[in-house]
Formats: sequence, structure tokens, C-alpha cells
Amino acid sequence: MHPILKLVIQRLALGLLLLLAASVLIFVGTQILPGDVAQAILGQNATAEALANMRASMGLDQPAYVRYFQWLFNALHGDLGHALSNGRDIADSISGRMGNTLFLASVAAAISVPLAIFLGLLAVRYRDRWPDKLISAITLTSISLPEFLLGYVVMYFLSVKLGWFPSVSNINSGMTFWQKLNAVALPALVLTLVVLAHMMRMTRAAILNVMQSAYIETAELKGLRRFTIIARHAMPNAIAPIVNVVMINLAYLVVGVVVIEVVFVYPGMGQYLVDHVAKRDVPVVQACGLIFATVYIGMNLLADMIAILSNPRLRHPK
Amino acid sequence: MPDPLLDIRNLRIEATVYAPGEKPRNAVIVDDVSLSLERGKVMGLIGESGAGKSTIGLSALAYGRGGIRLSGGEIRLNGREIRLASGATLRSLRGKEVTYVAQSAAAAFNPAKRLMEQVTEAALAHGVMTQAEAEARAVDLFRTLSLPDPENFGRRYPHQVSGGQLQRAMTAMALCPKPDLVIFDEPTTALDVTTQIDVLAAIKTAIAETGVAALYITHDLAVVAQVSDEIMVLRHGKMVEHGTCQQIIEAPREEYTRALISVRSIDHQEKSPEGEALLTVEGVSARYGAMAKDVLSDVSVALRPGQTLALVGESGSGKSTMARVITGLLPPRKGTITFDGKPLPGALKDRSREELRELQMIYQMADVAMNPRQTVATIIGRPLEFYFGLKGRERDARVQELLDAIELGEGFADRYPAELSGGQKQRVCIARALAAKPKLIICDEVTSALDPLVADGILKLLLDLQAREGVAYLFITHDIATVKAIADSIAVMYQGRVQRYGAKSQVLAPPFDDYTDLLLSSVPEMELGWLERVLDHRRMESAGN
Repeated sequence: MHPILKLVIQRLALGLLLLLAASVLIFVGTQILPGDVAQAILGQNATAEALANMRASMGLDQPAYVRYFQWLFNALHGDLGHALSNGRDIADSISGRMGNTLFLASVAAAISVPLAIFLGLLAVRYRDRWPDKLISAITLTSISLPEFLLGYVVMYFLSVKLGWFPSVSNINSGMTFWQKLNAVALPALVLTLVVLAHMMRMTRAAILNVMQSAYIETAELKGLRRFTIIARHAMPNAIAPIVNVVMINLAYLVVGVVVIEVVFVYPGMGQYLVDHVAKRDVPVVQACGLIFATVYIGMNLLADMIAILSNPRLRHPK
Repeated sequence: MPDPLLDIRNLRIEATVYAPGEKPRNAVIVDDVSLSLERGKVMGLIGESGAGKSTIGLSALAYGRGGIRLSGGEIRLNGREIRLASGATLRSLRGKEVTYVAQSAAAAFNPAKRLMEQVTEAALAHGVMTQAEAEARAVDLFRTLSLPDPENFGRRYPHQVSGGQLQRAMTAMALCPKPDLVIFDEPTTALDVTTQIDVLAAIKTAIAETGVAALYITHDLAVVAQVSDEIMVLRHGKMVEHGTCQQIIEAPREEYTRALISVRSIDHQEKSPEGEALLTVEGVSARYGAMAKDVLSDVSVALRPGQTLALVGESGSGKSTMARVITGLLPPRKGTITFDGKPLPGALKDRSREELRELQMIYQMADVAMNPRQTVATIIGRPLEFYFGLKGRERDARVQELLDAIELGEGFADRYPAELSGGQKQRVCIARALAAKPKLIICDEVTSALDPLVADGILKLLLDLQAREGVAYLFITHDIATVKAIADSIAVMYQGRVQRYGAKSQVLAPPFDDYTDLLLSSVPEMELGWLERVLDHRRMESAGN
């Protein structure tokens, strides 16, 4: 077997194991929260008998590990259970919102990742000169400002004053791709500003690290242009650390957009989660937790694999 | 007379030095050096480290490493002044008119790109030829440099070829854009002697066939004598002597040049291998982790008290593994080690403090073998506290004694490693080993990183200390000259086995086995035409077989 295949399979197996561990944590975490679901549904005035009946009908009288395996088994089959608050099927409610969240995340990623890497290369090219300092200053400012403030600022200027984009990002399945793009422009812009700095700084640092290598001197003594050297000779050797940070930020784009969704009233996962946390809707919290964990682990797994594939020693063994 | 290709006049190069604990100050790296090189000629630049030879070499590309400034004089290449030229001008001549071959090809090749792409890159970037032409030329050069499978060699990545092949590929990379001048910066220094001779021959052939001019930089006079027409000797950034190759080798005018030529002046009388052995290694085999093959197989040697056993071999021959086994860092898989009449436990953790004390080690890289944040007194004092419980004034007195023994005076006790030269650092490491009053010191390539004259001093010191303290050395090296200078008995190692073992006079006397013959005959000799003679001899022998 090709050694790289072995490594990739190993990582994949590790990722699955990690996901399993995360599912246990999520389940245990929601179990040890104080309060009783049956009580929550029936209210303070419920009789002991009614509570017992309710628990039995929900399977709450079973031991915890049985309930865990049942939950896991169902989740693997796409059945995330029913929300306590409105009795709706969670998988159904989530799928549309998940799609919206992924759409917004993809748009933000499509702008921010290439931009961050390009700015990182530019910062290395003009290291310690004004373009480098300007790039650092702008990205650090944008990451330092709270995202809700950024959200309101861009909303005020680009929507209220200039009227370029809608301030409320309402999207539905009837809209065309371009209409949707127009609708998510502002939240995507804010997300880009939020994740840009981290990826740009890492690109800059990783490439600067490589720029010390002897082969960069070799390239310089070939009379190549500075930007060519950075992009062609340094960049391919700095992929692993850059990809790691990019993936963490992509995961954040999916999982961490709660505030932005609230600001722009965007119908995504974050809003849905916040609504149900407020109502202490345990099955929904568990389902969202599991999905978010999958995204995080999946992204990091992907980062690992790209890092492995970017290493010529592993790709082309002796 | 036509303009010379490269004309350097009164070159001055300065750098800002950041010495620890001092204010940054200006240092003159190269002072008032002039040289001129005609088309198709090869000039050797020779000197010890710090002589400024690499810096001068790079100045022919108007390039300075780190904070180096080409601060004065004139550098003319192809008739035009380049010292103060603009970035665009420099880019247009680097990689086109003048190219560079670095000492460590392993570091100078980009690990993420195929060799062909890197070899042809400069030629394509400067539009000297088309892609097809460049690749055809690269294959021709691979062939000239006798690289294996020249048609497909370029498809490999740097990590897929050996060090010697990579060094030749670097030469191909430098010659590919048809430059007027190539700077060779110690191109064979990092190679084993048996590889060095092949690379040297390949470089010489390539220079002859392409008619390119070259600056050949090295610290090894015997090497430069094989390839150059003229030689310039440098010291501390100044020119010492300049002449034809023949004049420098056969009739050097300056004292310093004579010292460089006659280095390794040690005359060591071999001690007879009599009496009880101090260290006996019997039938030892060892491997790392879950490796399928032994790195050492069935090795048996013995060392008598107060004597020196040299382990000689090339990289990968298992000599450093041998040191790890004897020190207990790598327990052997098979075999026994006897030390001072008692069996020595294989693993470090099973050894008593006494056993640890009696067996000390000195390493190749003195700077990384010392804690940079401790003073010399702390470094040497540590084994005194650890093994003998010495404290306060008693310890300080002993530290001073040891400093005297290694010929470093009073003021050194309070210095930090960064304030010492390479040779001084190695002396401190020797003092640290001696502090434990060991019966055996393992010296792992202790002079390989040092300049010849400094190395010579270290070897003399080691022999002196041996005579005074009666300590035995297990001396690991790849350098035959060092072995001749210091050993009483020799074990030649090859692929994890002892190829040849015995008293020095026996091992170095014919008849030789094939490997020892190859190893000994590959050591460059300070003699014009040595390279051709050895190669002719080998050709005849292989034709005879």
C-alpha cells in the first residue's frame, strides 16, 4: 500500500474516533444540566403520575447509556428526533437552515481565503515597509472590533446611506443565485473582515519562516523576481501551517456565525440554535452540537490530509 | 588586451555585528581585495572560515548575505560596474551571466519541486532558451556530470537522490543557462571522500567542456589544486598571496600559505597493543526501533588504556551508532560490551554513576553541546558537582586547573559559549569531559567542523592530555588524515561492519581490501595532477579486471 494512503486512512479513523468521543461529551453534557425535560414540558403544576408517564413515553426512564446508543443510532440514520418546544422533526427544520449557513459560509470563504493568502504574500513581499504595515493594521483593526459593531457599521454605510445591499438578509428557495448573493453580501463582508486577519498573519509568518531557507537564496541568485520567489518557491513549502489556520477559520464560518445571523436576521443554524437554547430544547441542542462537532473535526481532518499531500517526501517516497 | 570577465578592485565589505552583551558594531569582512579573472579560467579562493572567501564569491553576483554591505571598491562583470547596480540590473545578470553552486545542495534545492524544473528555471526566466532547449541541455549536463539515467533524472525530487548526485545536479543547474562565470562555494566539502573525488572529476570535466570561467572557493588546498589555474590565499578578509596553482603549491612565498600546506604536522608514535583491554566490544549488533535491518552487525573491537582507537568510515557506515551503543543510548540487540574488566549494562538506566563517570563524550558540534545561557565555569563545574560533590572555592580551583589544561587562560571562566571561537568551544567541551576524570572519552567527529589549523591544535591537545592523564579515546571520524595523526589502532567501518581492524601501521599498509583501497586513494593529495592520476589508475584497474 502506498504510504500516503495508509496515513490518510489512519487520520480518517482517528477523526471518526474523535467524533465518537465528541458525541459522548455532547450527550453527557446535556444530561448533567440541571432540570428535567418532562418537568419543563408539563410545567410546575404537573402531577407525579403525569411526570412519570411523560418520562416513560419519552424513554427517559431508560439508563443513560441505552439512551445514548439509541440517540447515536438514530442520528446516524438521519433521525435527530423531535424538538420539544414545537414537536417538529429536527432534521427537517435544520436541513434548510444548514443549507443557508453553508451558503453564507461558502461566499465568505470564497472571498476571504484567496484574499487573505494574497495579502499575506504581499505583506512578505513588502516586509516591514508601508504595504506590510498597512495590511497588518487594517486586518488587526477589523479583527479587534466586535462583529456586531462591524455589522451595524457596514449596514449603516452600505445599506442605509448608499443603498447598495439590503440590510436584512432574507433568503428563500425561490430566489435566483444572484439574488441570494446580493442578500448575503453584507454578512459575508463582515465575516470576511473577521476571519481575514488570522489567515493573513499565518500566511505571512509561515512564508517568512520559509524565506530563511537556503533554497530561497538559490532562487534569488537565479535573478527571479521577489514575488515569483515568494509565490513559487516559498509558498509550496508553507502550505501545511496555512491550511491548518484556513480550516479552523472555515469551521468558524459555519459554527461561529450566530451573532452575524442575529444582526442580519439571517435564517441559518445559529439563529435556530439560539432560539432553542433559550427554550432549553435539549434534542435540538444535541443535534446542533453534533453537527458543529462534525464540521470542526471534518475541516481539521481535511487540513491534515492536505498537509500530508503537500509534502513531496510522502507523495513521492524514495 | 581584452577586458577581463570579472574585475574586482579594492573591494571592501562590511557588516554590522551583534555580539552578545555588546553594542552592535561595524566589522570589516573583506578589506582591499583585488582580483581579475579572464574568460574560461578557474581561480581558487582559499582560506579558513572567516577569511571572507564566500563573501567575495557572492560579491561577484553583487549579493550579500544577512546584513552584509558591499561598501567600497569596484566590481566589474563583463565590463560593467555592478556593485551599485539597481535591482533590475542585478536580476538580469544573476542566473544568466553568473551563477552559484552552494556548499549544501541538499538545502539549496527546493524540496517541493522536481529537479528539472529547478535546473532549467534560470535559463527560462531569462529567456536564454526555450523550454525544450533548456531541458535538452539539462539532460546533456546530467550526462556530462555522469548522473544515473540522465533522461529521467530530472523527474525526481531532491529527496529522491543522494547527496553526491544532488551536488552534481546543482552544478548542472549553474551551467544550464550558459553563464560566463560560475561561483563554486565549497561544492564538495559536505561529501564523503569517495563521493568527493567523483564530483570533483565531474565538475572539472564540465568546466572544461563548457569553457566557463569559475571562482572555486574551498578551505582544502589539495582540492583546489586539482581544478584551478590560479590560487588566491585569503586570511581575515585580506589577500595573503596570489599566484599560479603551481607556484602556490610548490613554492609558497608566505608563512601562512606554508602553514596551510603543511597542516597536520603531528607525528604520533603508535603505542603497542599490549596488556589488558579497557573496552571490549564483542559481536555487537544494533538497530533503531522497528527497523528491519541492523545498522551495526557483529562488530568486535578492543581498546587498551591510554590508547586511541579510531573508527573510520563514511556517513552511514554505523560509526556514530557505535558511539550510541557504547554510551548506552542505544542498547545492543546482540553482543556484549566489557569495560574495565566488568560487563557494561546495555541500557543507560542500568548503569551506575561510576560507570557513567568513567565514560565521557565529546561531540562534533560544540556550540549545540553547551547550554548557551551558562558560563564556562558552570558548564565545566557541573560534572565536578555531580560526580565529586565539589562546591564553592574547591570547585572554582578545579575549574581553573581544567581551563589551564585546555590552554585557556584566566578570563574564560565567566564567558558565555557565544563569546568563544569554534576551537575554544571544543576545548571547553574537552574540559567538561575531563572534569569527570574518565578512563575513556568518545570523540565523535570532534574536529570535523573546525578549520584545519584549529583542528590541528585540538588534536595536539588531545594527545597531550592522553600522555598526562592516561585517558583512552575512541575517536570517530571520516577524515583519514586525522586518523593518521592520532590513532594507535584503527577500525575501518563500512555498511555497519568492521571491514578492517588492527594496529595503525598494519591497517594503513598494503595489501588493502577493495574498500579500504578506495577510501585511502580518494583522499586528495597536495599535488598537481593527483586527480587525473587516481582516475587513470582506477580506469586501468577496472579495464584490467
